[in-house]
Amino acid sequence: MLRPQRPVPTLIAIAASLLTLAACKREVRDIHPDPVGAETPITTAMVPFSPGGAPSVTARTKKGEDYEKNAYQLAQGKTLFTKMNCNGCHSHGGGGMGPALTDDKWIYGDSIENIVATIREGRPNGMPSFRGKITDDQIWQIAAYVRSMGGKVLSAAAPSRNDSMSNLPSESRRGSDFEQHGGPTPKKD
Amino acid sequence: MIRRMAWMFLLSGALAGCRDWQSAANHAGAEAERIWSLTLLFTIVLGLIWLAVMIAVVLVIRRRRAAPVSAHDALIDDAGHRRNSQIVGSLLAATAITVAILTVLSFITQRPLFAGRASTAGIRLIGHQWWWEVRYDGATPAEMFTTANELHIPVGTRIRLSLESNDVIHSFWVPSLAGKQDLIPGHNNSIELLAQRPGVYRGQCAEFCGLQHAHMGLLVIAEAPDAFEKWQAAQRAAAQTPQDGDPAKGAGVFVSKPCALCHTIRGTSAGGTFGPDLTHLGSRAYIGADVLPLTPGSLAAWIADPHSVKPGVNMPPVQLQGDELNAVTAYLIGLK
Repeated sequence: MLRPQRPVPTLIAIAASLLTLAACKREVRDIHPDPVGAETPITTAMVPFSPGGAPSVTARTKKGEDYEKNAYQLAQGKTLFTKMNCNGCHSHGGGGMGPALTDDKWIYGDSIENIVATIREGRPNGMPSFRGKITDDQIWQIAAYVRSMGGKVLSAAAPSRNDSMSNLPSESRRGSDFEQHGGPTPKKD
Repeated sequence: MIRRMAWMFLLSGALAGCRDWQSAANHAGAEAERIWSLTLLFTIVLGLIWLAVMIAVVLVIRRRRAAPVSAHDALIDDAGHRRNSQIVGSLLAATAITVAILTVLSFITQRPLFAGRASTAGIRLIGHQWWWEVRYDGATPAEMFTTANELHIPVGTRIRLSLESNDVIHSFWVPSLAGKQDLIPGHNNSIELLAQRPGVYRGQCAEFCGLQHAHMGLLVIAEAPDAFEKWQAAQRAAAQTPQDGDPAKGAGVFVSKPCALCHTIRGTSAGGTFGPDLTHLGSRAYIGADVLPLTPGSLAAWIADPHSVKPGVNMPPVQLQGDELNAVTAYLIGLK
């Protein structure tokens, strides 16, 4: 029978490799969402100032952080952004009838909680309320995607931009000798 | 006894796979017929070769057992050596010729599958997680319509399907009609079909696309050209507006509740595009991309809690009162 010469290091190696299994955590996805109408309570201040000089309160939520880091939630948000016709006014984030979402000007706050409140409640001058129309999760997904448009979430999780929005061929089809005329990067001589 | 039961079990399992509406063996399309004849040819040729090899092995073993040759005799047998090298050489040549012939035959058979003989792409098939959107083009907007999970085609006409995807890679696979072709986001693919006889053929997404990949079925209904025209004319029409009773109440519930944000019913104010078009839901055989047959009971169960039927589906549960649920179900079933 084969016997290890030094049993203790072997055992340690086996235990260490078993420990790595603990890292194999599968991403848990909620496959039984709350019905339309249920809401995650949030506390948001719409403007950065408040009476008496006390700082305004926008409580960060665990849900917001989770959604911003999760590629699936961001991708769902991107699909919903198109399907719920956000593009009709915000035009792929560039703005039109509604404000741009890719810049750093935020009338009602730029935290994910503020954006959720804006989508949920609607805002004056055209932003409709989606309360009771889509699920709470879907509102958080869209809000997380809106944050990704301005580069405010991890780039590893954020969905890529549509090729159709670019006036250039897609990156995968450009080839190594592609030159971008009049682009932001000057050509090296 | 146990062995016999194991055999019965294996055999019944294999036969259960032979329901004929999703089977390459039950081919009903020109493309599927070519693929099937190629498969048969390969199976027969390779089966015969396998049989010949097995017989040769058994013969050699038997001969060695009957008359063992000593190592010394084998070494000095020059004639035997020559004979052996001739046999090995001719078998190698035969193998090379067989492989070459099969390669050429495979190429000749598969070439027409991608030849692009259909003149126009009249139908767009768009993959979603986890259902199929089917769009019929037309010369004028009034002739265009959208449906879901059911593809109707006329028998005897070569059809080109344009394949697109809304989210991840899916794959179109209706084994009775044609081979597989992927639906890739941001890329235009197409596949051609020619149904030779009328029938209902089942298809299945053949590229793992997420949680409910297994429940992404598609029905292809091949029918005579006049029946197809009739179906097309009925699908082009907007939904009828029910005047009284539960269906009329259901129409009101549908547009006032969240349903209308994701689903379209042409002829009403419901115009969402996140979920399938429901304009003529009552004319379809199944709901939820082949999960349940369309009956009032299964439809009500689906609306009340889609996640019990198809966990992970994008349709959220919607809170409805009992009478609202009945009314919406009656309305949707009535959309023939």
